[in-house]
Amino acid sequence: MSRAPALAGGVKQWLGQWLAVTLLLVAAAHSVAIAQTFPKLTGRVVDEANLLDAAQEASLTAKLEALEKQSTRQLVVVTLPDLQGYEIEEYGYQLGRKWGIGQAEQGSLEKDNGALLIVAPNERKVRIEVGYGLEGVLTDALSSVIIQQDILPRFRDKDMPGGIATGTDAIITQLTLPEEEARAYAAKVEEESRKASDGDGFGLFIFWLIIMFFFFVLPIILGSRGKGSRYRGSSVGGITTWGASSGSSWGGSSGSSWGGGGFSGGGGSFGGGGSSGGW
Amino acid sequence: MRITRYALPLLAALSLTACGINSVPTAEENAKAKWADVENQYQRRADLVPNLVSTVKAGAASEEKILTQVTEARARATAINVTTDDLSDPETFEKFSQAQNQLTQALGQLRTVVEAYPQLQSQQNFTTLMSQLEGTENRISVARRDYNEAVREYNTTIRTFPDSIGANLIHGAKPMVPFKATTEGAEEAPKVDFGQ
Repeated sequence: MSRAPALAGGVKQWLGQWLAVTLLLVAAAHSVAIAQTFPKLTGRVVDEANLLDAAQEASLTAKLEALEKQSTRQLVVVTLPDLQGYEIEEYGYQLGRKWGIGQAEQGSLEKDNGALLIVAPNERKVRIEVGYGLEGVLTDALSSVIIQQDILPRFRDKDMPGGIATGTDAIITQLTLPEEEARAYAAKVEEESRKASDGDGFGLFIFWLIIMFFFFVLPIILGSRGKGSRYRGSSVGGITTWGASSGSSWGGSSGSSWGGGGFSGGGGSFGGGGSSGGW
Repeated sequence: MRITRYALPLLAALSLTACGINSVPTAEENAKAKWADVENQYQRRADLVPNLVSTVKAGAASEEKILTQVTEARARATAINVTTDDLSDPETFEKFSQAQNQLTQALGQLRTVVEAYPQLQSQQNFTTLMSQLEGTENRISVARRDYNEAVREYNTTIRTFPDSIGANLIHGAKPMVPFKATTEGAEEAPKVDFGQ
């Protein structure tokens, strides 16, 4: 009968090993997932890099609060002293997920409707991080336009609070528009940029004339003079850059149903939507 | 004695419910859903490429070579489809991954080349397309990471006790293939030669 306890002991040992291995694997999976540290979500404005004074912070907070009251959408402004070696794109969506900006899935309510305005002054990077639910409203292209036109010019003039405030206003304006209007505006921004380049139809015409001249007419003229062609290819390079775009077949705003978003508000999620810039 | 004879199989059957009968399919479906995200984002990028190519062609016609590379890399990348069954087939997965990586590289080269064209850079149409492309590339890397995370959870589930019992005996679960780090493919110079 002495074998039975030995056997039981063996099984116990085996079980223990399995348990240990499982626990180790689970722990390993977790430690990889949370290697990054994030600032605490202390409010709608998290000014870790100290770019804003108390009054500016208060006025931003009031605007952001009004935005959520009106639309349930959450926008958080965050300034970071450093990105811990991560790309701002990589840092941004993880911060958004960690904080859970935006509303979690809840019946028919709009979900993952959060966004972040992230400023990293030491890396000289700024990013608008857009939750899954807002990707159709605050498109990549529109985010890029806001960064390029509203934020970066002020940042370049060392007016950090001004850039943050103008950028926040622009985002809020877009987020408070009714859904239809907002989508229409996002599409318009893209449409306008297309027209702006398409509008140069005359330039395109001239461009082709020049191409025709250099590649067909000139060789014929020169060719008729005999084999000693003096055709100079170098002058062509400068001219070819004159072209106008013909990207008219390109579809409207980017898809809205992909991606994720979140805020210690709602628990929304992010999937990398938005745009970044540097100065 | 009699009781234990009946109780043992009953206990075994009961304990089976904790042996991956539910957790394995759950993890599997999660990984498959993440895969769908990855595919969506790649598709989205593929949809952007033709417009980008035609825009660049109009503004930088002399860069035909790189434009051809991008177009052909896109064609190759969209030709390979990975069904959810292929996710546990390393060979097909590798082919898909490589084709997409080549498109990534070709687009990266294109981005470098067009920097020499300030006229192109100042076109709003072009900057819009570039911001969309950047956004999509970023979403792709997020989706890839999410997928890898889901695959690791699934693979851990089917290989660890007690879920491994159900995974092997009932589901016949095979491990799924994660993406390798992008940098691996990025190190080697793209060797796309179109027979000049």
